[in-house]
Amino acid sequence: MQAVDDPMPLTLADVTIRLSDRTLLSVSATVMPGEVLTVMGPSGSGKSTLLAFAGGFLDPAFRVSGRVLVGDRDLTDVPANERRAGILFQDPLLFPHLSVGGNILFAIPQAVKGDKMRRQIAERALEQVGLAGFFDRDPETLSGGQKARVALQRTLVSAPRYLLLDEPFSKLDAALRQQTRALVFSKAKAAGVPIILVTHDGADAEAAGGRVVEVGSEAEA
Amino acid sequence: MGQRTRRPDQDRGAGYLTVGNGVLVIILGLPVLAGIAGTILPAFGYLPALGGYRPTTAYLAELAGQPHILRSVLVALAAGLITTFAALAIVGTFIAGFAGTPIFARVHHLVSPLLAVPHAAAAFALAFLIAPSGLLLRLVSPELTGFTRPPDWLLPNDPVALSMIAGLVTKEVPFLFLVTLAGLPQLPLRRARHLMAALGYGRLSGFLISLWPTLYRQIRLPVFAVLVYSVSVVDVAMILGPQLPATLPVRIAHWAADHDLRMRFLASAGALLQLFVVLAAIGIWLVLERLGKFALTFLTRAGTRLRKDMLPRTISGLAMAGCAAIIFSGLGALFIWSVAGLWPFPKALPGAITVKVWLRTLPQISEPLLTTVALALSASALALVIAISLLQRNGRARNGAGYKLLYLPLIVPEISFVFGLQILVISIGFTPAFPSVLAVHLLFVLPYVLLSLSAPWRELDPRFEQIAAGLGKSPLQVLLTIRLPMLFRACLTAFAVGFSVSVSLYLPTVLVGAGRLTTITTEAVALSAGGDRRVIGVYALVQATLPFLAFLVASLGPQLLFRNRRAMRM
Repeated sequence: MQAVDDPMPLTLADVTIRLSDRTLLSVSATVMPGEVLTVMGPSGSGKSTLLAFAGGFLDPAFRVSGRVLVGDRDLTDVPANERRAGILFQDPLLFPHLSVGGNILFAIPQAVKGDKMRRQIAERALEQVGLAGFFDRDPETLSGGQKARVALQRTLVSAPRYLLLDEPFSKLDAALRQQTRALVFSKAKAAGVPIILVTHDGADAEAAGGRVVEVGSEAEA
Repeated sequence: MGQRTRRPDQDRGAGYLTVGNGVLVIILGLPVLAGIAGTILPAFGYLPALGGYRPTTAYLAELAGQPHILRSVLVALAAGLITTFAALAIVGTFIAGFAGTPIFARVHHLVSPLLAVPHAAAAFALAFLIAPSGLLLRLVSPELTGFTRPPDWLLPNDPVALSMIAGLVTKEVPFLFLVTLAGLPQLPLRRARHLMAALGYGRLSGFLISLWPTLYRQIRLPVFAVLVYSVSVVDVAMILGPQLPATLPVRIAHWAADHDLRMRFLASAGALLQLFVVLAAIGIWLVLERLGKFALTFLTRAGTRLRKDMLPRTISGLAMAGCAAIIFSGLGALFIWSVAGLWPFPKALPGAITVKVWLRTLPQISEPLLTTVALALSASALALVIAISLLQRNGRARNGAGYKLLYLPLIVPEISFVFGLQILVISIGFTPAFPSVLAVHLLFVLPYVLLSLSAPWRELDPRFEQIAAGLGKSPLQVLLTIRLPMLFRACLTAFAVGFSVSVSLYLPTVLVGAGRLTTITTEAVALSAGGDRRVIGVYALVQATLPFLAFLVASLGPQLLFRNRRAMRM
């Protein structure tokens, strides 16, 4: 969508995650724009921590070494709000105090000026996922699938530098999961930014259709 | 290479915590310590503002020579200990007997609003019930008692402080109950219940052995706060407590308010003594804790099942409901008195209803009312802003030492340090007025606001803020556009808690305001000594209504503001 900068590759350089003295995982990879890197592993393998590290909001209990770069720019010490990492969690987490449209407006970069312009972008974003006319709705009145689509569009209108997907389909029922998965990957790839997906579901990895990094308990030290 | 080991959040988290604690130390710790210093020095004769330069023990001797001083001390000490023990026993037995049952939820709803009733109003409510010409005796006279005139009983204000203890218990039970309730979800209640029942234990003994030690550890600080408060209470003691001699805190308050400024030295000596009385109370409580632990160990080792515990369970349930019944019917009695025309004993209801007293009282009430509301609004608004910035700094840190510090103004007897603050204010040459009273109110309001806000603050799903940060919003933007709106209800509730604490403050207002700043509370308590019962009814009702209004706004505000947002109205 409104990519402000040219999309650039995302690099995880020798990222190692430790919890006390235990090494949870170790990853080194460069993800090209439009490419999906899938990190597969059971729960507790540190894969969500990897996303937190890439997004800039790490839990204090973890120790991580390594760097995150976008293009040549080192983001490791850059605060979360200046990294512009788009995140999708298992739950849609729409802001409950805002309307559906308000959630999208909140995400549109501040550089886009003018109420009319911003509203148009938001309405179009909703239209694209079959939610035309939902602008003024209370997010709480939406179905699970509708919420997931709003969450996706909220992330994409923010013109992220890269996308972090934290098992975004695991809470949807089977039929909805397939449909949502297809939508997310087609739109995310169309946005042309690097994508990291963490999941424990092989079907997710297959649908993502990119490289797969397996992490697991054998990394124990 | 070029790698650096990153522990950013760990370091930053610790750093934030220290900074937050530092701020807390300054806001809460310094005034308390300065206040204690301001109490101790004059007790030994050092108070340059009043011409005291040479250290002397003359004032301590003067204190020792006061008539019946020992009795004043012992009654205060005993009343505080009995109150704390009774309130804890009622709450503990009730939770042990009923947690997880439908009755529990019902009593919870019944008891929660009691927390908002100011101590003074609750004390008046009890007084209007149990006085010889009070509602209770009228209801059964002359049919059951044969009285056609009010009997000559010393009630309230009985010399052994039974009515004072009753008044304190009715207010401390709701407090301890709600504090305990906050700790309850962290316990494996259902599993422990099933396990202990399977082993053949009664509900009470099963709970006592398996869960109580953990639960008690969580509520220990609030229990000490109750103990210190009950031993040092002034307003309730003035309304319900013994007279001639009054309890030590009441006598100190009288000396401190004496027109003869030289009496400040005596008051200081008294406040110092009160500090030791509180220390003695804490010491005795520690011994009681040991004995309790010993008894529990004995019970556990003996495998005592105590299956027939219906009686204590029923008593605790009745006591819980009784607290609510006393306060609510007492407030009803206050209302009836405030609109009563001629109401001769032993008629159960007044012969005529009139609004004369209200009309006559309202003009005089308006100024203290305005002061009360202005104080409460500014104190709780300030406290809310401070609490939000402290929590924002401390982030999600859980049990920092800072949170224990919160209890400091609640664990040091207020008469001992607020009195010292008054002395300091005089010494600096400050005119006691709105700002200084506001500062003292803040000292008592902030802990409650912080305690009220910190749980919902921690419970907000951190991913909302992570998403917002990912969307490019700065920490301040995230705070203003995501966190605070989502915590709007919690903020309003914390504000209402602060508001009601401020409304109910008696001693800090009287001492630091030095009689120049009158609030509804100071006026109502002042009226208690021989005031017109109808006028007292008006004052106490207005005092009790203010916190209820605050909580009403706190619960209706989000309903109106978020009427189109279902998730925000729950």
